[in-house]
Amino acid sequence: MQSDLGTELLFEMSHAGRRCQRVPACDVPVRGVTSLLPADAVADAPPPLPEVGEIDLIRHFVNLSTRNMCIDTNFYPLGSCTMKYNPKRHERLAALGGLADLHPLQADASCQGMLQMLFEMQNILAEIAGLDAVSLQPAAGAQGELTALLVAAAYFRDRGEKRNRVLIPDSAHGTNPASAAIAGFDAVSIKSNERGLVDMSDLKSKLDDHAAVFMITNPNTLGLFDTQIADITKLVHEHGALVYLDGANMNAILGITRPGDFGVDMMHYNVHKTFTGPHGAGGPGSGPIAVRTNLAPFLPCPVVVQESGAYRLDFQRPKAIGRVRSFFGNVGILLRGYCYIRTLGPDGLKEVTQNAVLNANYVLARIKGAFEVPYGDRCMHEFVASARGLKREKRTSAMDIAKRLLDYGFHAPTVYFPLVVPEAIMIEPTETESRKTLDAFADALLEMRQADADFMHQAPHTLAISRPDEIKAAKEPILRWKG
Amino acid sequence: MQRPLNVPPAMAEMELQQHMEGLARQNQSADQAVCFLGGGSYDHFIPAAVDAVSSRSEFYTAYTPYQAEASQGSLQAFFEYQTLICQLTGMDVANASLYEGGSAVAEAVLMALSIHAERRKVLIADSVHPEYRQTLATYAANLHTEIVTLPAPEGFLDPGLVKKHLDDRTLCVIVQHPNFFGHLEEVQELSAACQKNGVLFVVSFDPISLGVLKRPGQYGADIAVAEGQCLGNPMAFGGPYLGIMACRDTYVRKIPGRLVGQTVDRHGKRCWVLTLQTREQHIRREKATSNICTNQGLFALRAAVYLSALGPQGLKETAELCLHKAHYLATQVQNVPGVKLRFARPFFKEFVIQVPGAVPTVLERLLKAGYHAGLPLGRWYKDLEKCISIAVTEKRTRQEMDGLVAALAAELKK
Repeated sequence: MQSDLGTELLFEMSHAGRRCQRVPACDVPVRGVTSLLPADAVADAPPPLPEVGEIDLIRHFVNLSTRNMCIDTNFYPLGSCTMKYNPKRHERLAALGGLADLHPLQADASCQGMLQMLFEMQNILAEIAGLDAVSLQPAAGAQGELTALLVAAAYFRDRGEKRNRVLIPDSAHGTNPASAAIAGFDAVSIKSNERGLVDMSDLKSKLDDHAAVFMITNPNTLGLFDTQIADITKLVHEHGALVYLDGANMNAILGITRPGDFGVDMMHYNVHKTFTGPHGAGGPGSGPIAVRTNLAPFLPCPVVVQESGAYRLDFQRPKAIGRVRSFFGNVGILLRGYCYIRTLGPDGLKEVTQNAVLNANYVLARIKGAFEVPYGDRCMHEFVASARGLKREKRTSAMDIAKRLLDYGFHAPTVYFPLVVPEAIMIEPTETESRKTLDAFADALLEMRQADADFMHQAPHTLAISRPDEIKAAKEPILRWKG
Repeated sequence: MQRPLNVPPAMAEMELQQHMEGLARQNQSADQAVCFLGGGSYDHFIPAAVDAVSSRSEFYTAYTPYQAEASQGSLQAFFEYQTLICQLTGMDVANASLYEGGSAVAEAVLMALSIHAERRKVLIADSVHPEYRQTLATYAANLHTEIVTLPAPEGFLDPGLVKKHLDDRTLCVIVQHPNFFGHLEEVQELSAACQKNGVLFVVSFDPISLGVLKRPGQYGADIAVAEGQCLGNPMAFGGPYLGIMACRDTYVRKIPGRLVGQTVDRHGKRCWVLTLQTREQHIRREKATSNICTNQGLFALRAAVYLSALGPQGLKETAELCLHKAHYLATQVQNVPGVKLRFARPFFKEFVIQVPGAVPTVLERLLKAGYHAGLPLGRWYKDLEKCISIAVTEKRTRQEMDGLVAALAAELKK
């Protein structure tokens, strides 16, 4: 039951002397702190953290939790995010002491089971990608992009080639150009054509011997599989550049086609999307990358190798780019992805994709008479509708629709992305939803077309808050409690 | 694709559980061998309240809080996290998390570059975690930035050496305090020298140490970063962890990652939203300070619960237990013939010993005796091949420490 009790801040609840934790008595001789540490390094008092009792703390956070939507309570047709169900078995298994209580720097001989799981995961991800070598290190998709681009830069440096441009379709995620900039490349935008695919003539005009990498999301953010992909990869390779796949939409092609098979040289996965790591209200994720053999020497250290029946972490890789984070990677999320893949097997993975695509096409078919879908009437795992017509006729915007859906108990779709569609409403139902849920969602969308514009502008009407003032938040930023 | 994927066949839940338990049994966890390993990941105690809160579906299966009305729970928790990190560090602003401690150092340098684009020289102490330094070198490889690593032969960075390197091209000085060896750095003096030269002072701190040590804001850090694993998160073979970042008010529009801000809704009710998003990649694209999108929200929540469960007194007592126990073990271990402390410097919960004999063999045998005894520093430092770093958290008992000392003595006698 939703409760307003949580809205008081921890700091407003604080009462001197309250605490949840008592530490054990010290079982070794205690000397004065300043006899062990220089006086000028020691604080006069501990940090002014709040002081609360355990029941107040628990009630606070549990009440707060009731003010969230989540997968376990609501349908999340959030385009580009693949919000599928997170199986409970993964949580229990990730918490096993023999997996959770391992130190990242403990000896290889003392963590053979963990290394075996990670080694298998490397091989599984290479197979699904149709590529040769994998690094599990990147902490999220964006870090995977950066890692792969650093690998590409090292590869060209090794070959003595000076290539400083990364070409990126205008429908791409914002992380693509941001990652390119940090990797030291200039980002060059490639237009989409009238069908929402890569504009081949624009690509041709920008491909030259300065081009290092072409980054493509396929299926793209419009939910379209770019059928020119074989021509694109051929063209890019003819100019000596590499093709990178943003794997955000892997849910649409598992076991159906493989990036390596359609000419991709390197890609990242979003394990937290495709292989269902819980999103944790923003993270953690995990963004492994897969590459072709010629790029493998440049992958960051370490990778897991198997030699005469034992597993070990290999750091002796002279051409490696270094590392993009401390320790091995987001193992807890990789472990959940591994459990997911082992649960489904080859047929199950293929069914994931078939049902994800079927579900998206079903919703598309249900609403396309009422909402414009600018790029075709078939899609992959997601599609982008537009509220342009509705906005013109009734002043109801994509944002109004998003907010009103919350009243119906549905999380909002992604809106205003990709930028190439005005009033974009990006819908990705995922494979884990039933027809009944999809129908209820489609019904809600159809019904709100008739709603009064002012009523829509003020939605949501049933949640704890409505339409926060974002301009005020940015103009006079209050980023911490100041008492 | 004309064939099925070559991945192992499907398993029922029960089979999967048996399989994973089988893998888990092949590992020696911190429950099975006493853990004295540190170096950025520590076996601290995790209160049950942390797991109870973070295992709420409403938190762990929610998406990034872009739809504020459907995410007030997480948004408020992150606002509280940001406040708690400011209280902990004495800094003005904290973001809603980065990936982990290593990339947090790299992000601090990217941030510094966006503050002073004309300065390109980074000074970093050799006593900063080697993997953090490698991460920085990897991130900065193509950014026309010079990274100068300053040696710390006595287990800390000599401020005199830093002053010799400071010039008008210097962007920032980066130290870890307590450092990778566990020792304190001369942060006050370094901070003053930086300030005098218009150089940003970046500190990677240990959150638990702030139960006893002065806070980065008190000694004048411009950007403070940390590995937040120690704040209620399992070691989990290296991740997911929590990258902490805080800075001064002046730099608020340069800080990377998500920020939660307070505002009001259309009824005038206090509420929370993601804010200052024009800094971020989904708006700024190639001009963004950072490419970060997904962060470590769930682990920021865990840290918030941890810090408020401990409170000021609990944090102080936890830090003091680490301090006293580490000093007890350091004293005891020196009674073993041939063993000595490598550096004569104040330390918090980690210290370095030098042993006679081959370190890898010693550690291997101690593992057989039931101890993850420490980290072989020769792996990162050629001149420390005979050295082991040992970490002691509040969980270690006198009995465990006496056991380690006895096992080490027995091993070295052989």
